Amino acid sequence: MRYLDRQEFGKLIDALVAAGYDPIGPTVRDGAVVLDHIEGVEDLPRGVGVQQGPGTYRLADRGDDLLFSWAHGPRAGKSFLFPGREVLCSAKRSEGRLDVECAPVDERPLAFVGLRSCDLHAIGIQDKVFLDTDPSYAKRREQALFISVNCGVPNGTCFCASMGTGPRCTVGFDLALTELPAGFVVEVASPHGEQVLEAVKSREATDEEMFAAEAVTSGAEGKMGRSLDTSDMPDLLYRNRQNPRWKDVAARCLACGNCTSACPTCFCHDIVEGVSVDGRSATRARQWANCFSEEFTHIVGMEIRASRESRYRQWLTHKFAAWIDQFGTSGCVGCGRCITWCPVGIDVTEEVAAIRATDGKVEVMAS
Amino acid sequence: MTTVDIGTLDVPTVSAVGTLTRVATIRRVVQETPDTFTYWMTFDDPGDRAAYRFLPGQFNMLYLFGIGEVPISVASDTEMAGRIAHTIRSTGRVTDAFRGLKAGDQVGVRGPFGRPWPMRVPREGNLMIVAGGLGLAPLRAAIYQAIRHRGQFRRVLVLVGARGPEHMLYRKELDTWIKSARTLGLETLLTVDEADADWPYDEGVVTTLFPKITIDPASTTAFVCGPEIMMHFALKGLKEMGFANEHVWVSMERNMHCGIKVCGHCQIGPKFMCADGPVFRYDEVVDLMEVREL
Repeated sequence: MRYLDRQEFGKLIDALVAAGYDPIGPTVRDGAVVLDHIEGVEDLPRGVGVQQGPGTYRLADRGDDLLFSWAHGPRAGKSFLFPGREVLCSAKRSEGRLDVECAPVDERPLAFVGLRSCDLHAIGIQDKVFLDTDPSYAKRREQALFISVNCGVPNGTCFCASMGTGPRCTVGFDLALTELPAGFVVEVASPHGEQVLEAVKSREATDEEMFAAEAVTSGAEGKMGRSLDTSDMPDLLYRNRQNPRWKDVAARCLACGNCTSACPTCFCHDIVEGVSVDGRSATRARQWANCFSEEFTHIVGMEIRASRESRYRQWLTHKFAAWIDQFGTSGCVGCGRCITWCPVGIDVTEEVAAIRATDGKVEVMAS
Repeated sequence: MTTVDIGTLDVPTVSAVGTLTRVATIRRVVQETPDTFTYWMTFDDPGDRAAYRFLPGQFNMLYLFGIGEVPISVASDTEMAGRIAHTIRSTGRVTDAFRGLKAGDQVGVRGPFGRPWPMRVPREGNLMIVAGGLGLAPLRAAIYQAIRHRGQFRRVLVLVGARGPEHMLYRKELDTWIKSARTLGLETLLTVDEADADWPYDEGVVTTLFPKITIDPASTTAFVCGPEIMMHFALKGLKEMGFANEHVWVSMERNMHCGIKVCGHCQIGPKFMCADGPVFRYDEVVDLMEVREL
């Protein structure tokens, strides 16, 4: 373990820029801590805390100098590795000849600063979807650097401890920081991470500093506002496809799809065609889709999931159950974003618990 | 999750063809019904022509410049893959645009995608094909293979239903199959919901053909494809005939966008229709098909 003084931390971001990386980090904008392109340490949220609950997110002034004492905002790594809209192919038509070209992106490597363990796990989950199938994603992913932060400040909607995805970073990082009042304990996990750290002054961490860092994450587990029992998945949700709870939650759900945008693992997308005004060139783009929308399951003459009830069931059952069959992992990392950013505060932990409580006890509706 | 292994040779690799769009030129357009046309096309690049292979029941994503993509099954002979046919009914934005196409126009082709009809399963036994309307298109390549390798099957039956005579796909070909039944070793039965004066075959929905045939369900494999309501009654009818779910294969419809299990649109329960299907053994999906709006 290394130790990095608070004053040196800014230089670490400068070193990323000097090494050719495009740093992505937390910054305060529109009343939230969001991930965005950052230029230096001054862009980071100093002394900012947050309070989150179902349908609620508020910034708070902590009155200290800590840079990472907030629980994650709406954006995760997904917004950059799998952007909301991205052109995959371009087509040209000239002199009666059609040419289609699909080339992967060519851009500066990304360096993520400040992702939590839940978000690192979310990237690992999206890897299973895109790494072998999407050249742009794969390229961006393979050249990215991750300086993550061990979480000491879970919030009211967090439940990563239940999903086994946090609060301590265990996979998917090059450097993992634990923020202490005067500096950072740094765990080095890759040669890339080591290289970046060499550009700034760090020293071996003392036993005392390591104990203090350990206390940050061990204390975090007890501070999570939510928990979720994952036993008997996927079968629990498969055998409750007719549970009346779906009707109950559908009466509250607005089908707005905020949960799918905020979720760091939701990967469903549309392939959208665009054409230039002169009609000579066209683009094929990949664009985030929302399984709560009417057209998501459109086939000739019908929408397969016409009711809101069936759409909510699809989303929740996919996330917590079908994902396990499809990708060998749950689709949920327990970040709680879908709870925080749901305008009516629907709580997935509560919905799963309600289904579990009525499992085998309720009279199912005939299909 | 039940998944039947249909043999490694029949399982397509998805990622390799996911992003590759090959350009093809339409060579011939055949009108099948008032709103359905078959487009015969060849790849522009000689390398693509030589390399392209598909299996019965697989589909391509067809791309129209500036309009978009649409999943369409390949409705021609797998052993003549240099020249492929797609039968398209104009019912939406992309398929409507196809109506304006003629010989010489170019399209993009991604594919082939999807799990094919398991041609090895019925070997040594009977093959019974049940098609409704446009559902004959994804079965056509399977019928061609059965004809080519006729010796591998005992009886081959083709049961086709359509709304009316004018909605029967590949009409001339079907007439030929009936005329040359003995030579081809093919038992073809046709029916339409509403016949006209010239219609020489049966009248009624496709299941009305079931009592007309005598077949041992235990040594028969059925391949079924058609509109949802036809599938519902056909599967029910097969059950009544004594078919076990394990002897029935179905091809299902969802809105595929990517073909490679990444866009999420075509999910039914844990299955991705585009790659885990569209062909399923009935027992793999029976519990999923029983739930409304899954």
